[in-house]
Amino acid sequence: MSFRERLQSWRYNLVPDHLVGEILSKRWTDNAIPFLALVATLSVFGSIIPGFFKPMSLQESTRQLGEFSLVVTGMTVVMLGGGIDLSVGSIFALSCFSAVFVFFILEQSVWLALAASIATGLLFGAINGYLIGYFRLRAFLTTLVTFIFGRALFDILVTTYAADVQLSDATSDVLDFIGDDTFWGLSVAVWAAIILAIITHVALTRSRPGWHVQAVGGSRRSAHNAGIRVRRTVFMTYVFSGFCASLGGFLIACRLSGAGPGTGLNLEVMALTAAVVGGVSLGGGRGSVIKGLMGAIIVLTMTNGLIRLGYGTGTNQMVLGIMLAVAVTIDIRWLKNRHKVLDEVYVAPVYLKMGATQSAAPGSGTPYELDNRLSEADHIGLGELEGPEDVILDRDDHLYCGTRHGEIVRFFAPDYKHSEVFAHIGGFPLGLAFDKTGNLISCVGAMGLYSVSPEREVKRLSAETSRSWTSIVDDARLRDPNDCDIAPDGRIYFTDSTKRYDAHDWALDSIENRATGRLLVYDPKDASTKTLLDGYRYTNGVCMAHDGKSLFFAESWACRVHRYWLEGPKAGTAECVIRDMPGYPDNINRASDGNYWMAWLGMRTPSFDLSLRHPDMRKRMTRRLPQDEWLFPNINTGGVVKFNEKGGIVEAMGDLSGAAHPMVTSMREHKGYLFVGGILNNRIGRYRIAGADPNWTSPASYWGAKP
Amino acid sequence: MNATGWLNWRSLNQEGIVFAIAVVLFIAAAIGLPGFINSNNLVAIVRSVSVLGILALGMAVVIIGRGIDLSAVAIMAMSVAWYLQLLSSGMSDGLAFAYVLAGVLAIGLLNGILVAYAEVPAIFVTLATASFVFGYVRSQLITQDAVPVPPGHWVELLGGLRFLDIPVEVFVFAGLAFAFFLFLRYTKWGRYVYFAGDNPVAARNIGIPVRPMLVLRYVLSALVSLIAGLLTAASLHSINTRIVNSTLLYDIVLVAVIGGIGLSGGRGGVRNVLVGAALIGILLNAMTIIDIPLLYQNLIKAAILLAAIIVDGFINPRDEQTAQQGDI
Repeated sequence: MSFRERLQSWRYNLVPDHLVGEILSKRWTDNAIPFLALVATLSVFGSIIPGFFKPMSLQESTRQLGEFSLVVTGMTVVMLGGGIDLSVGSIFALSCFSAVFVFFILEQSVWLALAASIATGLLFGAINGYLIGYFRLRAFLTTLVTFIFGRALFDILVTTYAADVQLSDATSDVLDFIGDDTFWGLSVAVWAAIILAIITHVALTRSRPGWHVQAVGGSRRSAHNAGIRVRRTVFMTYVFSGFCASLGGFLIACRLSGAGPGTGLNLEVMALTAAVVGGVSLGGGRGSVIKGLMGAIIVLTMTNGLIRLGYGTGTNQMVLGIMLAVAVTIDIRWLKNRHKVLDEVYVAPVYLKMGATQSAAPGSGTPYELDNRLSEADHIGLGELEGPEDVILDRDDHLYCGTRHGEIVRFFAPDYKHSEVFAHIGGFPLGLAFDKTGNLISCVGAMGLYSVSPEREVKRLSAETSRSWTSIVDDARLRDPNDCDIAPDGRIYFTDSTKRYDAHDWALDSIENRATGRLLVYDPKDASTKTLLDGYRYTNGVCMAHDGKSLFFAESWACRVHRYWLEGPKAGTAECVIRDMPGYPDNINRASDGNYWMAWLGMRTPSFDLSLRHPDMRKRMTRRLPQDEWLFPNINTGGVVKFNEKGGIVEAMGDLSGAAHPMVTSMREHKGYLFVGGILNNRIGRYRIAGADPNWTSPASYWGAKP
Repeated sequence: MNATGWLNWRSLNQEGIVFAIAVVLFIAAAIGLPGFINSNNLVAIVRSVSVLGILALGMAVVIIGRGIDLSAVAIMAMSVAWYLQLLSSGMSDGLAFAYVLAGVLAIGLLNGILVAYAEVPAIFVTLATASFVFGYVRSQLITQDAVPVPPGHWVELLGGLRFLDIPVEVFVFAGLAFAFFLFLRYTKWGRYVYFAGDNPVAARNIGIPVRPMLVLRYVLSALVSLIAGLLTAASLHSINTRIVNSTLLYDIVLVAVIGGIGLSGGRGGVRNVLVGAALIGILLNAMTIIDIPLLYQNLIKAAILLAAIIVDGFINPRDEQTAQQGDI
């Protein structure tokens, strides 16, 4: 190994590049940025303002924070629904005035004041909601106008009644308690904000109205087509926002025992900034109450901190303006480019030096030497089938295969001219196996392990295994279940080829070449799934040995076959039995003569082997070239290889014409014939094997003769 | 050519209605209000709407291009305030003006670049820059809310300038209106405003430089705001930065929208601004003569703006096909 290669292998195999993409694909990264901003803000202001974290100081600022958070929660809901509410400041102020008016001038109870406040908020919210939801006016301008309107009204009312409020001598213990006292160490405002936030969060994430709001915000037209009452949903978001703002207004009325010209001033810009800084998306559909609250804390800490640091008039606006502009720009750019960034960084190839191999070229004289025998195969279902990855036959000689439409198709014996859809599962049914009672077990790509009973009843057996602690990407989910086989005790051994890519992105996995394939076992006794082996380069075919004490599985991108022991001294361990083949192995199945059939889905090429030693080149390739110009395994030639129990190669056959079976992903021997399938093929081939046992069938080999 | 407002019956209709209302109001005020129909008051009306109209011209160009500029008033007040502050601190006139002009251009460019290239909605960009401009200038560059014009300075002389007893800002308004009319109707870049406002994607597809033109519009609006600010300072001999927090901004939108410039872009022209300005001018003047308190005037203006937006929503309904997700 040259020095350059050693460096490359260190650089690409030891530095975990793939983690960047995995972290970016997590939804919580959306929360990470505002959270870091929150921590930074709190630590900066906490350290430069003396006594910032003192209980008294916190008590006072959290009271204000409680009121503000209420307003931000309402704004968050409106924004999630795809709108915006600039009138919150006016609603806040008017509700505050309503409470003050009822309590100090009409001298009614606090509860009546609360009712008046909420009624004001609901009414104002309903006007906004009606205009925007039902009249479909532009949210921004409409609430801007209702904001001016409300503000003008409030200014008039405050100047008219200011003196009367001053002269009133109404007092109430309840009012003082709400305004000044604490309950279990927290003020009423904070309690109100917490309770409302929890209720709103639960409603948004776990209730029908909440989902409707998110659906409307995510895509208004789709929500409408799905039968959601879009206009009413939008209407309700504004009513809710009005309600939240009115609660805040009531609380400030209790705290300040009055309303002044400054009440609720600039609140709308602050609330908007808070929501956007927290990461609630403009235009709806993305965001949460928690994000809104984080934004609220950031904004309030900043503005209050600047006041306490003694900066002059206008500083607040300046900082708010900068925060709003930066947050909105980041939000828009991030939303637009996130998937591009992800595409750029997700593929993180590793270095691998493939071992030298023997040639498979015709006339080379090696055991792997391909011939043209498969081109003589008859065809079944030509032109009707799309993607029979695996084929299998039952005791009555009927032929089954999966298709890329998510169906399992049955061809009827003896001539296989007629077919029917045996079962519809969805996904992409790949590996097939019959269990003892005649259930058809299938690994369904992108879905999991499924069972189809002879009565065609589809049942999911497993879609997840246990989560490993160190993996960032969710490796509990089965991403690409590929092939399965069943042990004599009924346990189903199956492979999950990769943790990093979905089934249809197998080419990307081959380019990345990271070893994330697994061997798993499903135990029907307790319906549990366990991971047996991890860290192979695309685990593929699985086949139980004839004695049922071990199994063979293929590691495609490494061109190797391993043997995993179920019993005996080596139980639970795997050993490599065939290495450095010239082709990429796929499914493995039993042969009648005690050997094993193995499919080659493609052939190694010197160019791709070379590229595996240049991970930097492959990275550049996936970034800069269109997909159809990528270098990846040659799948235009494949074949079928027979190997024995020891891993020795017995024979190999292929289709050199490339017309009938260029790539082979599966083959099944049945009564002297070999049935051949290919994941990109449009037919199943039937090839007469010279000298094979004409009575041997796979179900009998596994489960004995017919009872 | 439909989008110009001359041949579009819809715009013509709204424009016509508004014009008729303005005429009716004018006649009613002339009959009912003493002192309305005299030359001094008429000049006062025209003068009062001049600054508003100039700002509305800039706003109109932005709105026709499917945008909005909420930073107009902030730029207008704060740029001039900074200019006057620089002058009173002893800086030479030319250098101070160059500073301010550069600042105004920078903010216009910032608006335009964020809208055009970062694709942030115009409303948020201009809201943020308005807040920033006010906050930055107020806290860092000037010392008090109101900045007076230095005695004998050309801005003060400008305020006293009269032709035929008509104040100079009326002529500036007329000149700018004519210039904008020529720009929008007869120049290539002016036509681009309509194309981009009507359908930005199609405009881009046929090869119009949509993004640079967007930047141009915000820069234009910022420059117009500076002119309006200078005229305000000229007539009042000082500039009060509290105007940023007043409802002037909404009056500008009101003038544009009520004159028939659809907020969804692509429609309207200078005539709509003139008609809108006429109506608002008469209305404000009549309310002042009747002696309605300022707070109530705000209430009435808000109600009218609300009505105008509702009518606009009916006449120019939002097009679900070209409206984008998140267009709020």
